[in-house]
Amino acid sequence: MSEVSSAPFGYPILTALVFLPLVGAAVIFFVKEGAIRWVALAVSLVEFVISLPLWLAFDSSVAGMQFTEHVNWITSPPINYSLGVDGISMPLVLLTTLITPFCVLTSWRAIDTRLREFMAVLLVMETAMIGVFVSLDFVLFYVFWEVMLIPMYLLIGVWGGPNRIYAAIKFFLYTLAGSLLLLIAIVVLFFQGGQTFDILALSRAEYPSSVQHWLFLAFFIAFAVKVPMFPFHTWLPDAHVEAPTAGSVFLASVLLKMGAYGFIRFALPMLPEATLTFTPFVVVLSLIAIIYGAYMALAQADLKKLIAYSSVSHMGFVTLGIFVWNAQGIEGAILQMVNHGITTGALFICVGTIYERTHSRMISDNLGLARPMPRYATMLVIFALSSLGLPGTNSFVGELLVLMGTMLWHKWAAAIAALGVILAAVYLLWMVQRVVFQASGSSDHGQLIDLDGREMAILVPLAVLVFWIGVAPNAFVEPMHRSVGHLTAQHPKAVTAVATLDESMASEPPADARIAGNHQSSVKKQSPLAGRHAAFPLTTTIDP
Amino acid sequence: MTLPLSDLAAILPELIVVTAACLVLVLEPVTPMARKPWLAWMSLAALGICFAVTASKLDHQVTAFSELIVIDPYASFWKLLLYVITGLVILLSLSYLKSEDIHLAEYYGFIMLSLTGMMIMVSAADLLTIYLGMELMSISLYILAGFKRLEPRSLEASAKYFVLGAFSSGILLYGISLLYGVAGSTHLTAISTAVSSTGFQNPGLVLATMLLVVGFGFKIAAVPFHMWTPDVYEGAPTSVTAFMAVASKAASFGAFLRVFLEGLGGIKANWHALFIVICVATLILGNVVAIVQTNIKRMLAYSSISHAGYALIGAIVASRVEADADVQALGISSVLIYLAVYSFMTVGAFAVVALLRKGGLEGEEIEDFTGLAKRHPVAALLMLVFMVSLAGIPPTAGFIGKLYLFMAAVKAGLTWLAVVAVLFAAVAAYYYLRVVMVMYMREPQAGAGVVPRFVSSPVAAAVLTVALAGVLVFGLYPDPLVSLTSQAVISLK
Repeated sequence: MSEVSSAPFGYPILTALVFLPLVGAAVIFFVKEGAIRWVALAVSLVEFVISLPLWLAFDSSVAGMQFTEHVNWITSPPINYSLGVDGISMPLVLLTTLITPFCVLTSWRAIDTRLREFMAVLLVMETAMIGVFVSLDFVLFYVFWEVMLIPMYLLIGVWGGPNRIYAAIKFFLYTLAGSLLLLIAIVVLFFQGGQTFDILALSRAEYPSSVQHWLFLAFFIAFAVKVPMFPFHTWLPDAHVEAPTAGSVFLASVLLKMGAYGFIRFALPMLPEATLTFTPFVVVLSLIAIIYGAYMALAQADLKKLIAYSSVSHMGFVTLGIFVWNAQGIEGAILQMVNHGITTGALFICVGTIYERTHSRMISDNLGLARPMPRYATMLVIFALSSLGLPGTNSFVGELLVLMGTMLWHKWAAAIAALGVILAAVYLLWMVQRVVFQASGSSDHGQLIDLDGREMAILVPLAVLVFWIGVAPNAFVEPMHRSVGHLTAQHPKAVTAVATLDESMASEPPADARIAGNHQSSVKKQSPLAGRHAAFPLTTTIDP
Repeated sequence: MTLPLSDLAAILPELIVVTAACLVLVLEPVTPMARKPWLAWMSLAALGICFAVTASKLDHQVTAFSELIVIDPYASFWKLLLYVITGLVILLSLSYLKSEDIHLAEYYGFIMLSLTGMMIMVSAADLLTIYLGMELMSISLYILAGFKRLEPRSLEASAKYFVLGAFSSGILLYGISLLYGVAGSTHLTAISTAVSSTGFQNPGLVLATMLLVVGFGFKIAAVPFHMWTPDVYEGAPTSVTAFMAVASKAASFGAFLRVFLEGLGGIKANWHALFIVICVATLILGNVVAIVQTNIKRMLAYSSISHAGYALIGAIVASRVEADADVQALGISSVLIYLAVYSFMTVGAFAVVALLRKGGLEGEEIEDFTGLAKRHPVAALLMLVFMVSLAGIPPTAGFIGKLYLFMAAVKAGLTWLAVVAVLFAAVAAYYYLRVVMVMYMREPQAGAGVVPRFVSSPVAAAVLTVALAGVLVFGLYPDPLVSLTSQAVISLK
């Protein structure tokens, strides 16, 4: 009745990853008061360590799912507990396991009420988030997707700021309303796609285009709320501002990625025609998000709000990269999801750190921190520069790939998106100038204590990752190639070109095929990008 | 006339329950105050025996009393559900009645009599038998609703329920008599034959159908026949409210599906659209009005109205003219699944309400839950699970119930109805989550009078454990429930 195959390991690694945090959350209710933090940290670190083999043992030459597990769950209708990762979900799983220990650490002293519940909620969140990325059954995916709402609702509503209840309810209702339509879409897919909830089978099935359009709208609302795309973003600044630091980090680093992941995993392969039809619409919304988010960030006096709006702008790049639907765009989008998770997560931790000291998130209350807190200032500058996409940092690589992909789709779209990079430099450098360098009006800033060992232990690894991805991105992009290649081969206009290698992807796809979906753009097919490394042309120049 | 022994054997569970009820009523005056709970335990033992009897004959398909009664898997499913609900309500009452200081053992007698009526309703194949069962159920409930004799609200609830209930019974009876005029019989099979041959042209049939819709609409609390629900649910003792909201609704749905699909199935094209209107109105009104309630019992009353709306989706699917046998089975079984999971989560929610004490009174304002998570974390967590399940969020049973309903609706080509239902599910999430918000995110204000406390006892803990187990087990592993319902629906048509 059930078979478990988890290729290279003796144990079902994905199940372990999904449920270890849940077990940890249960354990937390039975340990002594003083041990809560340590147990939570230990669980999240063990989780990170056991997730590493996923990356190390990942077979980059396979397009399909790896480390798969399959157990029958519900007989009628057939709903299965099936898990697996490919080059698209693996980086996101690792991002989640990486971020969680930092969330625990950053809450070490910031949370003093109901600590037990707080740590348990964090770990339940981790279970749900990993579950979303590894589910290969649509109902299972939906279960994890929804389960996450409750802990996040509590995280914002119980441990948040003064206006937390409003923010928590807004977050909950927005995302729930979106995802309930997703549920109907899933059920419709079940009947249209051959009485199955298996994501891979549903991706192979073909749907009439009228059905596709309706389904796309349902998918779009569910995922666009989560991303969040303009104009569904209004819950995000509220949620970010009110959430405790760990909540903001989870929100920015992982939750927002789920919407983008949904687009990549479901909208593109299942509804290719509808995706193509709606692409101009989504691209325009992404461009609006990029510019609008940046402008809004420029106007913010609250650091958290500034970063929240910068998230709207940065996630605009992600959706843009996904919907231009070529190898560069999608790989850039996935890399940018990871980058945004690291960089924005780190920025929120920076804001949380300063809030613990000055009890204000206002820029005007936190001027000139370079003198009292040199280590902090260094870290803030690093992450701000990473966020604005300085060459040598992670975001540069991701944004460049997205912009290249967009260029292949339409050059004006790329030109407008590039404006977002400039605006990011404006609002981030201006923020840095004030927070770090401007002469402080307040005299008690002299007593501010610089980052301690715990805080450095959070920010330094993240800074290392910023440069690692920025300088040697290939290790991170390599595993994506095959899976993304498989995805781009599903582009409706690429079908004829790559029909032969659609299923197996056994041989290296021809370089042309990778960007074959770009006929509609004015860029010539034999552009300089169409070389063998079209998927990642910078490798040779940057990799030392 | 002699009764064949086989007839009596067929209604053995009913006989056991009614015997237990009579024993309770007879023994009550001679039982010392301290031993009154024994009568409750005796009722529970009777329920346990009935459960075993019904469960052992789950696949039996027999008729008794000249086909007035059918014992089929469909009826057995409802009976099993009713035993569990009644058992939970009796357990809850054991601790609730004591704290309300109305611990009179007649209570259990009336609960058991009401259960007898419900059991007759779900296994009757004749309209008059159904009517008799319904009256037995309702009259017992009228008394139970007024069981807090010293509290005006309870008496008002009882009187209101009685007047409106009697009125709706009259309407139902009028419908039955008209139908008798058309079909020359009150038996469902005969009605079915007659209805198919006369068609909907007969004005008597049209009127009869309308009147039956009103009668059953009242019992399942569907809009626009829901008016009594909030007042009665609010005023009645909470354990009785739980019993009405769950058991009476389940039994009424059981009878309703049988009457309309078996008896009036031939003209379903004519009444199908009427139910769509009722369903959508119920979803809208139940969910929207629940938002503004400040009393949690009233809120749960409106929530129970809205859940009747959800369950009606399954009935609408089953009564679609285009529906083949598969779709019809899926529609009916989704109703069964939905009401089963609804029972567990609703009983659980009412149990938490009943156990929250404010001085000598019940804490029944939503505000009374303020800060409950701090004072009684376990109670708050339980309430959280029940609210989440009522809102239909996984991994709880409420989600599974909705999933099957939506699957049935989409399969029958009623995707738009499923979309309406999910939109109002999002509305519903608001008021369910508000309870969570009050429990977890608000601090009680200093000097706000008596702080409500959560008073638990072993029996109450048992009720909550069973309800929680139902919500979680059916949420994570619904297979047994699903296969039980798919067996049950084969016998209905």
